[in-house]
Amino acid sequence: MNTKRCFGSPTPGLDLSRLTGALIVVEGPDSSGRSTHIGLLAEWLEHAGYPVAQIGLKRSRLVGNELELAKQGNVLSPRTMSLFYATDFYDQLENTIVPSLRAGSVVLADRYVFTPMARDVVRGADPDWLASLYSKAIVPDAVFYLQVSDRALVDRTLASHSGLDYWESGMDLGLERDWFGSFIKYQRRVRAEFRKLQDRFGFDVINGNHSLPAVQADLKERVRRVLLALYPDHEIP
Amino acid sequence: MIRKKREPGVLIAVEGLDGSGKSTQIHLLHEWLYGLRLRVHFTEWNSSSLVRSATRRGKKKQLLTPTTFSLIHATDFADRYERQILPMLRGGYIVLCDRYIFTSFARDAVRGCDPDWVRKLYGFARIPDFTLYFRLPLETALGRILEGRPQLKYFEAGMDLGLSSDIYESFRLFQGRVMDQYEGLAGEFGFTILDATRNVHDQQQVVRSIIGDGIDLSDYRTRVPR
Repeated sequence: MNTKRCFGSPTPGLDLSRLTGALIVVEGPDSSGRSTHIGLLAEWLEHAGYPVAQIGLKRSRLVGNELELAKQGNVLSPRTMSLFYATDFYDQLENTIVPSLRAGSVVLADRYVFTPMARDVVRGADPDWLASLYSKAIVPDAVFYLQVSDRALVDRTLASHSGLDYWESGMDLGLERDWFGSFIKYQRRVRAEFRKLQDRFGFDVINGNHSLPAVQADLKERVRRVLLALYPDHEIP
Repeated sequence: MIRKKREPGVLIAVEGLDGSGKSTQIHLLHEWLYGLRLRVHFTEWNSSSLVRSATRRGKKKQLLTPTTFSLIHATDFADRYERQILPMLRGGYIVLCDRYIFTSFARDAVRGCDPDWVRKLYGFARIPDFTLYFRLPLETALGRILEGRPQLKYFEAGMDLGLSSDIYESFRLFQGRVMDQYEGLAGEFGFTILDATRNVHDQQQVVRSIIGDGIDLSDYRTRVPR
């Protein structure tokens, strides 16, 4: 049975009964392999005849550019950033997610509302305020959280970027002067928030420490089950 | 829940339809308080250039839905609130705002946003100590604005609501609905209602006496020599 709902009441004018697609979210820190896995899932699904749409943070036409610039200049207060991210999210919700779901596509979200929520709580935002802010989001059909150990995360980040990212290290929080130490502390805090969100929203946790093919096989199997539940008559290879 | 410690400053906002004279009145109030050598700040609605550029593009290209219209204005407001208004209130200033969160409450409700959601969105903002609402009969307000057949903007005229394909007619209908919202907000948030048909000078005397009677101005003398 494919019935979508929102966490709270829907955005003005949205008819949930017309959304026949599937919304599948992959969450996880940078370097957890998220984007690679989403790319592979998209290929596989299209191969199997499912139209796929992809969304992710900072990709809205409305504020995507400005958000990227704000991250570089560090000029906006945490609350302004929260609201900017929410604007970016809702622009994509109304202009990409909803039309795609209405057209029967599988929407693969490279992170959803949970990443901004976890990051903002770590920066002192009120969890109830955030829950209300994002209450008009559509509840995904599945959320997969790629969990990777600190050590593996640091190794992968250093190997692929030859350094650590300012925001992913939480340097704006002033936890430690040294980036490596700050990265470890910050990632722990974000993970602790994700654990709370997991209790509240029920994520599927995927062990992201395994090899890429093993993790991908695990993800595919879970996505297959989600799609079978939504479309019992379909055959998915 | 423990109540947040209140900042020592005073927050004064003016609200009302376009053409109600509120901007003129708050400007004159500012002149008076400044002349009395008080710590007073008039928020000039300088949002950061990043938020402004996104807002401008959204409006120009008509990319905004009721939800993103509401959110982008909340983003803009949060930026001003946290960089200007709140620090000024913490520093014991009289802060004057030409329009405040109620403008968004009214417009967003007209656009169909859930009123509870919008109130929670702005839950971080302090409710003003004085919200002066300049009430004017709708026809008078419309007459003042439309007299010169000004260039109306798409969202300003509520064209996104599809009330009428004629921009002037759309503006009329939109303003009428905004006014209905203000009337409801006036009771809910304890606005001080002013009759905006008075002439500018008389109105200013009323405004000054409300503020002069409502707060002890001597608490706000400037400590910095001018």
